[in-house]
Amino acid sequence: MVTSIDDQLDALGASTDPALGRYATMQLCRRFEETVHDQFHSEQGVPGPLHLAIGQEAVAVGACHDLRTTDVITSTHRGHHHCIAKGARTDRMMAELLGRRPGYSHGRGGSMHIAIPEIGLLGTNGIVGGGIPIATGAAYGLQVQKRDDVVICFFGEGAAAEGVLAEALNVASLWKLPIVFLCENNQYVELAAQDLHVAGEIWRRGTGYAVPGVHVDGNDVDAVTAAVGEAVERARTGGGPTIIEALTFRWFGHYAGDKAAFRTDEEVELGRAGDPIVRARKALDPVVVAEVDRVVEDEIASALRFALSSPVSGPDVLSLNHLASV
Amino acid sequence: MSTEIATKSTKYWQGISQALTEEMDRDERVVLVGEDVGRAGGPYGLTRGLQDRFGADRVRDTPISEAVLMGLGVGSGAVGLRPIVEVMFFDFAMLMMDQLINQGAKYRYFTGHPLPLTVRAMCGAGGHNGAQHSQNIEAWFCGVPGLKVAMSSNARDAKGLLKSAVRDDDPTLIIETQGLLRDRFDVPVVDDLLIPLGVADVRRTGTDVTVVATGRMVPRAVEAAEGLADEISVEVVDPRTISPLDTATILESVAKTGRLVVAQEALSPCSVAAEVCSLAAEHCFAELKAPPVRVTPDFTNVPTPLPLVEARVPQADTIAAAIRTTLA
Ligand SMILES: Cc1ncc(C[n+]2csc(CCOP(=O)(O)OP(=O)(O)O)c2C)c(N)n1
Repeated sequence: MVTSIDDQLDALGASTDPALGRYATMQLCRRFEETVHDQFHSEQGVPGPLHLAIGQEAVAVGACHDLRTTDVITSTHRGHHHCIAKGARTDRMMAELLGRRPGYSHGRGGSMHIAIPEIGLLGTNGIVGGGIPIATGAAYGLQVQKRDDVVICFFGEGAAAEGVLAEALNVASLWKLPIVFLCENNQYVELAAQDLHVAGEIWRRGTGYAVPGVHVDGNDVDAVTAAVGEAVERARTGGGPTIIEALTFRWFGHYAGDKAAFRTDEEVELGRAGDPIVRARKALDPVVVAEVDRVVEDEIASALRFALSSPVSGPDVLSLNHLASV
Repeated sequence: MSTEIATKSTKYWQGISQALTEEMDRDERVVLVGEDVGRAGGPYGLTRGLQDRFGADRVRDTPISEAVLMGLGVGSGAVGLRPIVEVMFFDFAMLMMDQLINQGAKYRYFTGHPLPLTVRAMCGAGGHNGAQHSQNIEAWFCGVPGLKVAMSSNARDAKGLLKSAVRDDDPTLIIETQGLLRDRFDVPVVDDLLIPLGVADVRRTGTDVTVVATGRMVPRAVEAAEGLADEISVEVVDPRTISPLDTATILESVAKTGRLVVAQEALSPCSVAAEVCSLAAEHCFAELKAPPVRVTPDFTNVPTPLPLVEARVPQADTIAAAIRTTLA
């Protein structure tokens, strides 16, 4: 009998030791993305763009670690780690990215179109800032239904320049919506450093709307969990929205294949030195970590096998799921 | 034994208002969000009393934030509500396009899950609202897989289409028209008036010419047909749902009459009228006895003074003249 990755990690203590659990999920995100990255450079390639969040795992994992399945998140174009942290299956995600039939959207959506409502994931998104109004609407929906679930809205520092953020902060504050606006600042916006894009500090942008702002080291998964946890608690108990800026670092170019000519090797080396996974590992028992790593490795290997052995999506998927009726 | 259904003279706005009340009464997941829909009773007064009756959670006044307003529909629809988003003027949908087209209309495609979102957009046509508050931009929404688009031309359909849209599991845009708000129509007195989406209405049967008309042009097309009744037998078809179109009903009529006039308040290029003419050319080429004719405003912006508004758009006699040309 095959035991699920959750059971295997539980047996290693991942559910009783939150730090170990978070480490395991971060490692799962990292290995997932490294594996897709390898596929991207393989002969068959990946049939679509890939934006890697390698180096940013602590933000997604720290934020989602204590969420319920019924809590909701919205993600971005760079969102594999958000999906995995919220509970997406790596095999079906891998299948989606590799254009295979059992992918979450029948292999026709790819990286920027993974949405799994049954686990509260209202989508990665091809539109920068596109998740912000949806997250706000979901929070309104939860509030009207008197549910005590919350929404975390992930967005990049580039997305903070979209007007919808101002609209959303205003509405969320007016209505005390159960939402956390979580800016994942990886210091680059597409093909440039953030100094071309960002005025002031994003975590302070709630001030005029009476939305409390917090900044946190986005490479410290425990700190992220604590900061987001506090905001989530406030949101759950009717205290309204929070805006949090988590500072992290994007290890690769904007998309897989991008040489990232906009930055120097020294800059990258310095940024990567803050590796959140290395940091989290330090506090853990190396023997247990090795076991966790093995479980993760097996999981990713089997996800890849699953994807590669699944049929490539053909034209028969094109017309699926457009309208419910007519 | 014939069962005559009783009708009641009802203003167009009342049809909308009744639909909102009935659907919110029937299903507590139905909410209405929009600018001034609650406390103020709506920019047109047609949501008056709803907030008192259903509470401020379900009838929610939003700030002037159109992108997030459409996001309220998409997000709340994704977590279990059946939202109705009110767009104060159809033109303002331009500030909501990402949420409606890129997000809402693709939700089912990405997830396989329903998104029971209804969008009501009030087109300012027929008022003196000017070039940014009167545009018939419905064609822009008709090329979007995953989105249904309907347009009402009378109180019965305004009511019945809206009620159907609220119960429908797909994102549906319903275009209402300001110039019809105070017009009276006979509305059947039935418990639950549902007009199905995707089904055209043959408003008047005839054998010589088919007139396909939308929105405010429907009453005018009927008037034109009645005026010509002694000489020409005109069939008038109101598609009601303009995406997806009920092509079967439209083409059946064109095949029968062999002549087609399409009347709309929207501009002609790449429009619903253009689409209907293309369909006729593709599918009824052999039956056509005359070239199809489009009756639309000239390619100009909408003016503000009412006399100019009406000088620009087709009237019953413009439509009648077009009908005659197909028989010339
Ligand atoms: C509305 C919109 N504008 C532009 C783009 C192109 N684009 C894709 S990602 C990106 C940069 C986003 O920066 P940020 O939000 O900081 O996220 P990061 O890529 O750094 O993770 C841009 C401009 C887009 N997809 N959508």
